[in-house]
Amino acid sequence: MALLEVENLKVEFPTRKGVLTAVDNVSFNVEQGEILGVVGESGAGKSMTGAAVIGLLEPPGRIGGGQIRLDGKRIDNLSPDEMRKIRGRHIGAIFQDPLTSLNPLFTVGEQLVETIRTHLPMSAADAKKRAIGWLAEVGIPAPDRRFDQYPHQFSGGMRQRVVIALALCAEPRLIIADEPTTALDVSVQAQIIALLKRVCRERNAAAILVTHDMGVIAETADRVAVMYAGRLAEIGPVAHVLQKPSHPYTAGLMGSIPRVGPRPKRLIQIEGSMPRLTDIPSGCAFNPRCPKVFAECHRIRPELRPVADGAAACLLYEGVTQ
Amino acid sequence: MNAAPIKLKSREAPLLQVKGLKKHFAMSKPFLNRLLEGGEQQTVKAVDGLDLDIPRGQTLSLVGESGCGKSTVARLIMGLSSPSGGSILFDGADISRAPAGQPADIRRRMQMIFQDPYASLNPRWRVADIIAEPLRTYGMCASRQEQRREVDRLLEFVGLNAKDGDKFPHEFSGGQRQRISIARAISTKPEFLVCDEPTSALDVSVQAQILNLMREMQRELGLTYLFISHDLAVVNFMSDWIGVMYLGRLVEVSPAAELFANPQHPYTRLLLDTIPDLEMSKRDRQPAAGEVPNPINPPPGCHFRPRCALANERCRREAPVLRVYDGGVSASCHAVEEGRANEPITVQASAAQSLRAAV
Repeated sequence: MALLEVENLKVEFPTRKGVLTAVDNVSFNVEQGEILGVVGESGAGKSMTGAAVIGLLEPPGRIGGGQIRLDGKRIDNLSPDEMRKIRGRHIGAIFQDPLTSLNPLFTVGEQLVETIRTHLPMSAADAKKRAIGWLAEVGIPAPDRRFDQYPHQFSGGMRQRVVIALALCAEPRLIIADEPTTALDVSVQAQIIALLKRVCRERNAAAILVTHDMGVIAETADRVAVMYAGRLAEIGPVAHVLQKPSHPYTAGLMGSIPRVGPRPKRLIQIEGSMPRLTDIPSGCAFNPRCPKVFAECHRIRPELRPVADGAAACLLYEGVTQ
Repeated sequence: MNAAPIKLKSREAPLLQVKGLKKHFAMSKPFLNRLLEGGEQQTVKAVDGLDLDIPRGQTLSLVGESGCGKSTVARLIMGLSSPSGGSILFDGADISRAPAGQPADIRRRMQMIFQDPYASLNPRWRVADIIAEPLRTYGMCASRQEQRREVDRLLEFVGLNAKDGDKFPHEFSGGQRQRISIARAISTKPEFLVCDEPTSALDVSVQAQILNLMREMQRELGLTYLFISHDLAVVNFMSDWIGVMYLGRLVEVSPAAELFANPQHPYTRLLLDTIPDLEMSKRDRQPAAGEVPNPINPPPGCHFRPRCALANERCRREAPVLRVYDGGVSASCHAVEEGRANEPITVQASAAQSLRAAV
């Protein structure tokens, strides 16, 4: 059984103009110790998916349908109190901005000890020892001195290391990392990615890595899910999705990334931009921008179908022909 | 810093020449507090002696991490802030002491595209008015009809519809807004554009559209670009020349192909090594240690010394100056000068090509 099963997840936002669907019928599994990348452009619903799994959807956002199961047990219908016991202990979270995920009024050590003692039966002295161990683990020099310092005394990269220590200190088996490197400089980005990979591997923790950066996905994830307009366009092993994409959107996305090496005259570009949630076209959401569009695409909404090692939601693979 | 001026291979004089450009910001406490509480005068040397030549019709990109001073250089060149020292020559005329917008006949020929297309367009103005503002400022259209015709032409040139002129900025997506910024920037028929991270707020598929548009514009209008970015892959697509900045100083300036094939400065190599590799998935790399130090108190000698594997006693003592090497390459590094730099790392290009073919 997979560690995390997400089945037909729907995230909705009621507005004055009607209910908007930010995540629409998304299903995927995360296996024990696996890193699943979730990639997409802004507004594709990737962060919403992560927030739904960890039970941190901002109201009025709500789960409008489907199930989320951790170890076979449903967690999408738990009360806020029950969910709080799962968060931290079973699912850890890392967010984009390390400054807003740390409390500026408490020392880094206090925050670590609080998290550890909330979730694990441990004396204060043992928890402190463990916290210092975690600071060392995530590569912070002089951890026993840094233990008593406040977040503002840390640099951006060091802060994100503290956030990773906080997410992992109660030893959860699943980590949701939402754009963990976006706010960091490129040379620090590489350090944080390497750290995240190492601790996940050593603790056999699984992770959902939400990012818009294909490079981060390529270096980190085992499998990748590509989202478009709230739906899954394609999911599969990283090497397969990045190098032989099945869905025309993934293919366009990969072609539009500038690369190092001999430069082309033009980048491949996808015309237009992603539709707003208020006017998602009928049929396939990608049809207005798709270079391979045909009549049925405007009428039939494609389902995820197995293609090669993965799956893609595209009528090209459903036996519907022009 | 007395760096040797960079010689770029070009028959005519460069369109923009920057010499010894400096910008220091005072960071000290107010005078009275210093008097009562003690404490030294402090300055941040955001730009600390910069020499650049940009040949006509070419693109020079500045790359570097946040805080290295690349955006400050853009603001200094555009006259949005005044330099603490050095000179900026545009087509031979020194504009470094002139206030913003002055002298008008030169400022008309240089325009800027900003990073954030949400903050750089006035939300209360219609798009046609936004694009027409520079035309009015420089009195470039005789009548309102002529002005509207010109705005319509510009909108279509950047890939929007002439009818879009009646809309407000909030009706457009990020990419479309950046097209509006571009239309405004080219409305005065400039020769030189400063582009400060023009695509870093955009999604990749939209980024490709904007980068393609900018390359086409350069070919059609013969524009000269100063392009600023932290993304080396974007810079590779756009540039003829690349300058790498670290803590207010240029550490290397090279022809783009040369910089990627044969990087000289250890910091350039570090930056190249941080580019995530889309081909080798799940590669384990040894990321460079350390972070950019505090610019208020940079290390003496070479600023990069604490992170540099090649550093020695001379690097601690003496700040290196930019020296010109073969192939138009300039680097400011004692190790490169003494030949201590080890084997240059090479970027694998063949894999990238085969992938592009597959896509």
